[in-house]
Amino acid sequence: MLAFTVFGSFWLEIFLKTSVLKRWKRALISILPISFLFLVWDAYAIAQGHWFFNRDRMLGIYGPFDIPLEEFLFFIIVPMAAILTIEGVTTVKPHLREKEFGKDENK
Amino acid sequence: MIYSDIAIAAFCISIIVDLFVFKNSLLTRLAFWLSYMIILPFQLLTNWWLTHNRSDGKAIVMYDPDSIIGIRIASAPLEDLLFGFALILSVMGMWEFWGRRGFQRSK
Repeated sequence: MLAFTVFGSFWLEIFLKTSVLKRWKRALISILPISFLFLVWDAYAIAQGHWFFNRDRMLGIYGPFDIPLEEFLFFIIVPMAAILTIEGVTTVKPHLREKEFGKDENK
Repeated sequence: MIYSDIAIAAFCISIIVDLFVFKNSLLTRLAFWLSYMIILPFQLLTNWWLTHNRSDGKAIVMYDPDSIIGIRIASAPLEDLLFGFALILSVMGMWEFWGRRGFQRSK
């Protein structure tokens, strides 16, 4: 599923030149604070048993709070795909960028 | 708190932050909704992949029936769509936020 998401979105970087991966610092500081919050949620949900994983179908590597490695990757790859998608959309339809930056448009 | 409560809270918080904290709300921009329309079918597909029962009678990710409302879309709990929406909106919101601050704005 993670590989599918990578293949499904990262081609936008190459063929549409979205330059998201090139702007990885901006991507990182956009993703990490949000991912942190969602991983706190994940840890809580795992601890409470809201959701659980079929351990036979997991890599078997677990991080803090019993969060599987797959979840950490999920919260990097999926947000990355989201950013690539909106940048892909505004690359193909540049007029949708209108007022993207509001008053600071020309800075 | 169960999955439903947290998912609804995350959904509402992401919308409130987008509308009232960030300038140039993504929810008012076509670029966001087009991106979401692209992402949604992929989310449904990957949700199904992760949550449908396999030959061993188990899915990759399973949910405690007491933690969800019980409505399932593409075999995943309805709550997953609220969760996904909150994740996507908040990450894209952060990306735009750093762009407005002039951080790695241009390609």
